[in-house]
Amino acid sequence: MWRDALLVAGKDVRIELRSRVALWQVLPFAVLVLVLFGFALGPGPSALRVAAPGLYWLAVLFTTVLATQRSMAIESGEGTRDGLRLSGIDPAGVFLGKVAAVALQLVAVQVVLGAGIVVLFDVHVATWWLALVASLLATVGLSAAGVLYGALSAGLRVRETLLPLLVLPIVAPVLIAGSRAWSAALSGAVASGASWLKILGPFAAVYLAVGVALYGPLQETA
Amino acid sequence: MDLAVHFRAAVALAGRFPALSGADLDVAAGEIVAVLGPNGAGKTSLLRACAGLVPVTSGEAVVLGCDLRSERTAVRRRVGLLGHDPSLYDELTALENVRFAVRAAGGATTRVGTALERLGLTGRLPRTPVMRMSAGQRRRTALAVLVARAPELWLLDEPHAGLDADARGIVGSLLEEAACAGAAVVLTSHEPDLAEPLADRVALMSGGRIAQVRAGGRHRPPAEPVLVALAEETADVA
Repeated sequence: MWRDALLVAGKDVRIELRSRVALWQVLPFAVLVLVLFGFALGPGPSALRVAAPGLYWLAVLFTTVLATQRSMAIESGEGTRDGLRLSGIDPAGVFLGKVAAVALQLVAVQVVLGAGIVVLFDVHVATWWLALVASLLATVGLSAAGVLYGALSAGLRVRETLLPLLVLPIVAPVLIAGSRAWSAALSGAVASGASWLKILGPFAAVYLAVGVALYGPLQETA
Repeated sequence: MDLAVHFRAAVALAGRFPALSGADLDVAAGEIVAVLGPNGAGKTSLLRACAGLVPVTSGEAVVLGCDLRSERTAVRRRVGLLGHDPSLYDELTALENVRFAVRAAGGATTRVGTALERLGLTGRLPRTPVMRMSAGQRRRTALAVLVARAPELWLLDEPHAGLDADARGIVGSLLEEAACAGAAVVLTSHEPDLAEPLADRVALMSGGRIAQVRAGGRHRPPAEPVLVALAEETADVA
């Protein structure tokens, strides 16, 4: 399973690097979301600083939908879908590989968005480890949930419009817990921030486990 | 005789629609069978059922010793399918596509270079992204995947489509080599002139069933020129 996951992740990352969709579309989209929210809130630095964690995670959520759609589009042709099923690759390996590839893109986006809120919203992170752990757990959870629901909608003609409707409500706990954990990381309130990790960790673990178990049947019905 | 494919009254559904409605077919190891028939006869569905991609709902369906009704996914790694839509990733090069398919099947990548050469993909072509290739070159790359994987059962849906005369010749020799190595081959075609000479047997499909099976041209001694001329004269007189 791990060998298959590495193989699929390597293939997906290579395709993304070649197509440059992540670089020229997904990343600018995430930055644009951040900047537009900033415009909507106005120039007051205190309001921006308070809203920064929420805006950051909203931008990451929207990016998750785009990255997941891209990941599923790679296998959207009948030939490539059949090829993957005939290859003998463990479906759990396909799921984990796709999760890893989406997670890598989200990490890259978060680095840019993180720099963006520091520069544009003038925020200072007091507890770096809390922000990093929250980001790591949230990234795994978002990628796993995104790929799982991407596979669920893959065979449908309305998949592009259905996926955001499926994914965004499901990942609401990540938005809430991620934002609160980051607020705590900015203010240095470690104890309250760490409690939000108790939501992000199980969310990631549950979606990874469900994806590993269900990706095979979903791949068959797509 | 080892049967690679054994279908008896096999019924398969593609979604809610019947794809096979009682198909009977036996293909032995080392045998080439060409399946001919009009559009919608069920040729593609037959290949997809053999590959375990379309579920068989009733009847007998055994492929490479695996019962497709209970072990559909077990057979897949041992089967190679060339469909209408080649299973290639546009952004990857021909070399990367073939290498990925071989690694995914757990095979050694030592045959990849030879497979590409065998299909005439030499020079800069192996390192060209598939999206920049012509339809024929993409088809050759998809065939190179099969050659490099060397499956026990080759399933080819109109393998000659989109290929030039040179590549069509290569397809013929590849199938002959695969069959001589003990693999079973099932191919569909709309071009009897190309498919029949390659096949041991020709199956005619209609309405999701095999309507008729007759001998093909493989291993049949080539006709003597004198006899051909005589036959043509007789036809002219008639």
